Amino acid sequence: MNPLLKIQNVSKTFGGFVALSSVSLEIAQGERFGLIGPNGSGKTTLISCVSGALRNESGSIVFDGEEVSRLAAYQRTRRGIARSFQIPRPFRSMSVLENLMVPLEYVVHKGSLHVSDTRSEALVLLKQMGLGGKAETPSHQLSQVELRKLELARAMAARPRLLISDEAMAGLSGSEVEEVLKILFDLNARGITIIMIEHIMQAVMRFSQRVVCLDAGKIICEGTPAEIMKHAEVQRAYLGA
Amino acid sequence: MSGRNFWIGAVAVLVLGVGLPLAPVINEYFFYAGYMVLTFVVLATAWNILGGYAGYVNFGPPAFFGVGAYAAVLLFKWVQAPLAAQIAGGAAIAGLLGFGVGLLTLRLRGIFFAIATVAVVFIMETLMINWRYVGGATGLQLLRPPVELFDSYTRMLFAVMALMSVAAVSIARYIQVSWIGRGLRALRDSEEAAESSGVPTLKLKLFACTVSGALMGAAGAPMPMYLSFIEPASTFNLSYTIGALGSAIIGGMSHWLGPIVGAILLGTLQQVVTVTISSEMNVLVVGVLLVLFVVAAPEGIVGLFKRIFKK
Repeated sequence: MNPLLKIQNVSKTFGGFVALSSVSLEIAQGERFGLIGPNGSGKTTLISCVSGALRNESGSIVFDGEEVSRLAAYQRTRRGIARSFQIPRPFRSMSVLENLMVPLEYVVHKGSLHVSDTRSEALVLLKQMGLGGKAETPSHQLSQVELRKLELARAMAARPRLLISDEAMAGLSGSEVEEVLKILFDLNARGITIIMIEHIMQAVMRFSQRVVCLDAGKIICEGTPAEIMKHAEVQRAYLGA
Repeated sequence: MSGRNFWIGAVAVLVLGVGLPLAPVINEYFFYAGYMVLTFVVLATAWNILGGYAGYVNFGPPAFFGVGAYAAVLLFKWVQAPLAAQIAGGAAIAGLLGFGVGLLTLRLRGIFFAIATVAVVFIMETLMINWRYVGGATGLQLLRPPVELFDSYTRMLFAVMALMSVAAVSIARYIQVSWIGRGLRALRDSEEAAESSGVPTLKLKLFACTVSGALMGAAGAPMPMYLSFIEPASTFNLSYTIGALGSAIIGGMSHWLGPIVGAILLGTLQQVVTVTISSEMNVLVVGVLLVLFVVAAPEGIVGLFKRIFKK
């Protein structure tokens, strides 16, 4: 079976700093994929290259059989790649509901749907994400966990086939981490492929079927969560052992 | 405001805008001053499409306004084009300029974009100073054609500008309440998040820049006939920037109503100050009001009212 996402020899530099060096990996349809690595290892750079926020300098990114490296970010979103941001970026001038109406109008309906229909679709999504009661709340008034949920809900409103969750649990309490994990499991159960980038190891290991560890812009190992935890390179990268 | 109420209001303004100049009892100066106030309604509304909705602060209104005015002069001198054709031509040329400027500058952000738009004003002014056909640096006298239906050309221009104000506000309102406006607000809040939500940010910004430029050009097109004269220094004067930007900030940039409220308040005040004190005091009035609003009510009059009535 063809992979949903195929990254081949992707490199990215910032001035003299090599952020990614010939990174290659494949992700299957419906997979729960974990991407870990110490700070500055290139995780966010890699997913920014996949989502289109950054352009890779060499290599290819093939999504569902189509080369997407040269497409703008909005075109990749329309093809089914959605992401949440490490630091939540709500549309601050809008209500929670309106935040979801943006991808609904631009990706799903491309300006053709009546506003009231878009609103009802957004409301359904918000309920699924546990934000049903916050629809009319200005997005800048949300708590940290609510902002994280909004990020995921907005990404989901674009009806993605691949969801990239960039540290969606950073700064959350134990129970809040469970809430977000449950949402991600539910989304995956509906057939959505998920890449999870996370520093909370317990969450990544529980969630992922397969994990890749990056260090200094290179893949240092790949395997099941159990294999990764025992890997000497991972322990060295994280603990300096 | 619901769509129905908006259109009732728009028709009422149109009836007043065309009906008042037909009433011979009203003093001519009312239309002379009113024309300038309405010009600033169009300018501020146009500015707000890019500056308010999309958050790209444009210091270049005089460039678009001036290009509209000179396009009108060119058409008049060349083929004796009627006013409607002058306005259409001015809007088209200024819209094209907006598209071109957008292509070159919309990848810049913040102060860099603002400075680039100031440069456009100086470029356009220099071009007109060196173009003899449209009068060059010394300018050009224009003879107004005879007017029918209205008692004077100024009265007709007032009616025309009232019509253009309604058209500009209708366009701005449509943009605001539609998916286009939501996309512009999204990119103003975070361009990266907007792109990730499927918003084609560059295309939307280009659209906003083109529409904004076209409306400013349309506002500038009747100006040569209003003054019976055109010359580069006053046509490309940065006071148009201050007027457009000031009206939008004072009225409120988040709503189509804001620039109207701001332009009427600021424009009327400027006219009163010009007549009662001096024309030099205009700029001082705008300056003081701007400082007051930026400090005390950065969301403008419309935002202030919204906040009060929500409580």
